[in-house]
Amino acid sequence: MRGKYAIVGKAETAVGVVPDYSPTELCVQAVAGAVRDAGLTMGQVDGLLTCNSFAEPIMYHAEAIAEYMGLKPRYCASVNTGGGTTFAAVQQAAAAIEAGMAHTIVIAMADSLRSFMTRERAMIVQSSSGHPLFEQPYGATVPAYYALIARAHMDRYGTTEEQMAEVAVSARSWASLNEKAQMREPITVDDVMSSRPIADPLKVLDCSLVSDGGAAIVLTSAERARDLAHQPAYILGYGEGHAYEHIMQSPDLTCSAATQSGAQAFAMAGLEPKDINMLQLYDCFTPTVLVQLEDLGICERGEAGAFMQTHDTRPGGRLPMNTHGGMLSCCHPGNPGAMFALTETLAQFRGECGARQVEHADTALLHALGGIMSSHATLILGREV
Amino acid sequence: MMEKITPIPTPTSQPYFDGCRTGELRIQFCEHCESYQFYPRVLCAGCGSESLEWRTASGRGTIASFTIVRRAVSKAYEVPYVVALIDLVEGVRLMSHIVDVDVEHVRVGQSVTVHFEPWGGDVTLPVFRLLDQ
Repeated sequence: MRGKYAIVGKAETAVGVVPDYSPTELCVQAVAGAVRDAGLTMGQVDGLLTCNSFAEPIMYHAEAIAEYMGLKPRYCASVNTGGGTTFAAVQQAAAAIEAGMAHTIVIAMADSLRSFMTRERAMIVQSSSGHPLFEQPYGATVPAYYALIARAHMDRYGTTEEQMAEVAVSARSWASLNEKAQMREPITVDDVMSSRPIADPLKVLDCSLVSDGGAAIVLTSAERARDLAHQPAYILGYGEGHAYEHIMQSPDLTCSAATQSGAQAFAMAGLEPKDINMLQLYDCFTPTVLVQLEDLGICERGEAGAFMQTHDTRPGGRLPMNTHGGMLSCCHPGNPGAMFALTETLAQFRGECGARQVEHADTALLHALGGIMSSHATLILGREV
Repeated sequence: MMEKITPIPTPTSQPYFDGCRTGELRIQFCEHCESYQFYPRVLCAGCGSESLEWRTASGRGTIASFTIVRRAVSKAYEVPYVVALIDLVEGVRLMSHIVDVDVEHVRVGQSVTVHFEPWGGDVTLPVFRLLDQ
């Protein structure tokens, strides 16, 4: 499958606080935008993959989106593995094309956690990821679940809160170069350290944003991609890993199934971590990035904290990471969060990124996860096959 | 007055909650692969056997990780409170609270012992205290 499929179109809706459109409307806008961007017509799209919305759930989501736009796809499905959905959907779309189920598939996701949900409702929906009988009663919030991972990493490797804060500072340094980002004012490690405590050791600036927004991409064969106007992003490798669902079932809090998904993706691509020159990792909370850096082989075990202090991931650094500002600073509309890692990677490959354009970035490692470090999907994208 | 999130026992999990009410921490033991599991299931997640029996656990364990929650999930929970993952000596891990402690004194690896608190309705849940207190 290496190099056989490519992302050929992308669109992002307005992000941040977007009260004027519902999640369904944002999703539809993203689909239409991505198809236009690819230089295709709606009639050329024969597959649609979406993810349900929290704020406006629809029982048969993808079918409803298709109906809204007058699409009559022959392949239509909703995918849901939490934050990992985005890249899992890319893998499923590629497999569907390989199996002859469709030629050109749009993957679209949108949600409005900010404008279409009350804060109370958002808290309840979020914490419902915990086990209803054996976790939820103890009143853990989603940051609290991730704080358990942070604390375990600190205890095992001596990782510090300042090192985790570097992840947020790096993200913001990129967001300050992105006009679209929800939070752009530069921050320091001290700002993160002195921000409001949420669930020790996590402070509010260790936590991703709560946003509205959506994005879509178009996936088709590499053969068809070569006939289209823009530079595509070729899928060189992918992998998934699902180790558990509830954090109490995690066999090792400091090491996730990203190890498995990453190894599969690298094997398929025929590449090693040293070949990667751009990272788009899942930064729902700062410590998750440290675990991913280690699980994906970018850093040795226990060394991700020190790696962040080299500032290699910031603008001008050796290994640019989350160049749009990530979910910590660009936007995080829930499950669609990692869609923006896909659209950003394609924008970088095309050279569309202005002040935040990375020179010579041609091989990107993308990773997303769902649950509480539970479900993992890794993607390696290349500017060339 | 807002109430804490209270579990609704299922037939499979009922012996666990019955145990809590009588001051026993009960967990399932697989007679086939001779290991404990948590949470309660209709089969053993290790080997698939349905030969499960309920045993009363020691109630002792160590803190695998913890967090001090500063912003509660709802007003029913008074901050700060400690949510922890506890490794029982029987080899299973569960989530609970560490109670009756200065939250700043909680550490990974500390020994803890179970005790039970009324939660809501007629449900009682296990929480843990530091052993040396």
